Amino acid sequence: MIGELGLFALILALVLALAQGTLPLLGAARGDAALMAAGTGGAFGLLFFVALAYGALTLGFVVNDFSLAYVARHSNAMLPLHYRLTAVWGGHEGSLLLWVLILAVWNAAVAVFSRSLPREVLARVLGVLGLLAVGFLAFTLFTSSPFERLLPAPADGHDLNPLLQDPGLIFHPPILYTGYVGFSVAFAFAIAALIGGRLDAAWARWSRPWTAVAWGFLTLGIALGAWWAYYVIGWGGWWFWDPVENASFMPWLLGTALLHSLAVTEKRGSFRSWTVMLAILTFALVLLGTFLVRSGVLTSVHAFAVDPERGVFLLGFMALVVTAALILFAWRAGSVGLGGGFGVVSRESALLVNNVLLTVAGAAVLLGTLYPLLLDTLGLGRISVGPPYFEAIFLPLMLPLLLLLGFGMQLRWKQDDPVEQARCLRGIFLLSLAVGLVWPLLVGTWSLLASIGIFLGLWIISVGVKDLLARLRPRPQCQETRWMRARRLGRSYVGMQFAHAGVGLLVIGVTFVLGYDEERDVRMAVGDTVTVSGYDFRLESLERIRGPNYSGERATVAVFSGERALGTLHPEMRRYASQAMPIAHTALDRGLFRDLYVNLGEPLPDGAWLMRVYVKPYMNWVWTGALFMALGGFLAATDRRYRMPARRARAEEPRP
Amino acid sequence: MRTRRKRLLLVLVGVAGLVLATALVLNAFRDNLVFFHTPSDIRAAVVPLDRSVRIGGLVEDGSVRREADGVTVYFRVTDTVVAVPVVYHGILPSLFREGQGVVATGRLQDDGVFRASQVMARHDETYMPPEAFEAIEQAQREQARTLLPEGR
Repeated sequence: MIGELGLFALILALVLALAQGTLPLLGAARGDAALMAAGTGGAFGLLFFVALAYGALTLGFVVNDFSLAYVARHSNAMLPLHYRLTAVWGGHEGSLLLWVLILAVWNAAVAVFSRSLPREVLARVLGVLGLLAVGFLAFTLFTSSPFERLLPAPADGHDLNPLLQDPGLIFHPPILYTGYVGFSVAFAFAIAALIGGRLDAAWARWSRPWTAVAWGFLTLGIALGAWWAYYVIGWGGWWFWDPVENASFMPWLLGTALLHSLAVTEKRGSFRSWTVMLAILTFALVLLGTFLVRSGVLTSVHAFAVDPERGVFLLGFMALVVTAALILFAWRAGSVGLGGGFGVVSRESALLVNNVLLTVAGAAVLLGTLYPLLLDTLGLGRISVGPPYFEAIFLPLMLPLLLLLGFGMQLRWKQDDPVEQARCLRGIFLLSLAVGLVWPLLVGTWSLLASIGIFLGLWIISVGVKDLLARLRPRPQCQETRWMRARRLGRSYVGMQFAHAGVGLLVIGVTFVLGYDEERDVRMAVGDTVTVSGYDFRLESLERIRGPNYSGERATVAVFSGERALGTLHPEMRRYASQAMPIAHTALDRGLFRDLYVNLGEPLPDGAWLMRVYVKPYMNWVWTGALFMALGGFLAATDRRYRMPARRARAEEPRP
Repeated sequence: MRTRRKRLLLVLVGVAGLVLATALVLNAFRDNLVFFHTPSDIRAAVVPLDRSVRIGGLVEDGSVRREADGVTVYFRVTDTVVAVPVVYHGILPSLFREGQGVVATGRLQDDGVFRASQVMARHDETYMPPEAFEAIEQAQREQARTLLPEGR
């Protein structure tokens, strides 16, 4: 019964999405208020029925209903309840349902928070979102229904992939999807503006908070994915330039460009058509990423069952959406206008270069991701494009971008005086350079690349701090304390500062991890000691363990820094009842300046183990940096000015 | 005048970006593309010695041998026609088994031994690295083609 109820709810959701995707657009074209208002109702109804379907599937997992094929494949009776709840998105069909649910939530959020928009605009935005929902619901229903029955029902299910039985996975997919799907709102605003022919500062102001929130979630989702890979995949790596990672990283790069380009459009009215183009391209990359991950053209942890039908559907949907958007763009962009002019040394120019570099980086990642797939599909041979390619491309693009970031934050709109700015920033520049040259010596041997990385990170952070202090300095003519000035800063500005400081921390962290990590794969018997980066790791004992749905071994490793004991680490090797593959559980001691990382590799015939013993400097700076960036996005989205005009607009509306 | 200058600036920056991108990508592609080869290719001496390549096939039965340090492993990768000796220094993936599919990234040395920097096995019960599968198919096709005329 549960399954059929869920399926029925999904079908009703599709019908509602069809209504939401057509009626408001029709209403906006005809000026029919009743039809336009249908969008809001449709969005709430859609959310209700998708949530119902999602609830039905979750219930199937809770009560172990193995007559549902999807439940039988991804769960079993021994799986703890919290993993059964997260197993809902452990496979293709369920995670797609989660995807649709999140789209419905964004949909309803737009309906709630954008009530004060002009009726036509809201109707068009909801209409476009409705059409997107139609696409994804049809995809779910026709190619990937999670409610298919398996009769006779098996006595027990297969299991959730043990790699996914981890707290990191509880948060990674939902947050990543929230960011990913969130760019559909930016896309819908862009398309609505193109349909209405009104691309102006107001449009950019409406679109900006949505983009910032989506970007924040995407940043957080990618970071959580890296964080999860860091200790679950167990190689100590956290970014592999794997096509699946690139699938979420490409929209991030373009989304970052979009965020900055929107700033110019909102403040100065320039870059309008480029901003719309970026919104379209970002969403196109979201769809492309979905296709790459869902069609089975890639093999990885993320790749779900291979089914050509799904790939064809997604490719068709992507082609349709992108073509329609680009035709609309070609038709309307000519009438957009260019906005205010600006000088060569101005914030606009800096943001223009930012956009070019980010877009070029996105294109290069796209090429490196698709080229091997393309050659393979055409039968021209198998190649792979590994991290060296991406590093060779990324370094020369990111170094100037990071250097520019410091200047860009300081530059004034329209026109600035380069001599004045150079004089103003000279001190910070030299100080960051000096510290950057010395700091790597504290960690290990000096290298040029490390120094450049540290210098850039410090440069970004200190320019931000200087700017903040300058804004807080009390002026003699007005009676304001520092605190009062701080409260008047505006969340948009604070968010920007947070995000940029995050970039600085991230750059410093990445530089140290890449330059100074030490990895040793070593044979260890009980009593053996290995020394890595000045830390002594001694294998104290090995014991057998037994968990709810696995058994395995656990090692006790004592860590010493010279004579001082730093505690013990307990890496495990688990064998899950339902899988042949043993899973290593990494033991980590995280610290401000280094992570100690111990992992059981392979048992040797004589009872010893091959172990991975790693020391990763400044790893937490990477995570903190990413967290700051995401936080910055969220803060910026809550700025007062995004709400103020709304309130004013509502007050001015004539009462009926 | 102002709009025209701005448009010109935009176009110039755009073109500069494209040129930069093309140069970077071509340069990175030239140095960092990793080609896939089968063990038969190695005997046919078409595999360059100076760059990183990937090879794939089955781990030959009875070929896995460990040095006393436990970390250095020798094995042979075969496409059922030709077997290539491989040396690897590190921890093997947990589903690495004799008789199973494997893909290794590394360099071919002068002495004909493949020094692997990374070894990948299948990552669950049902999956075989597609490249390993292809290497075997290709080798057997080649063998069938060359053997048949001789058999007449």
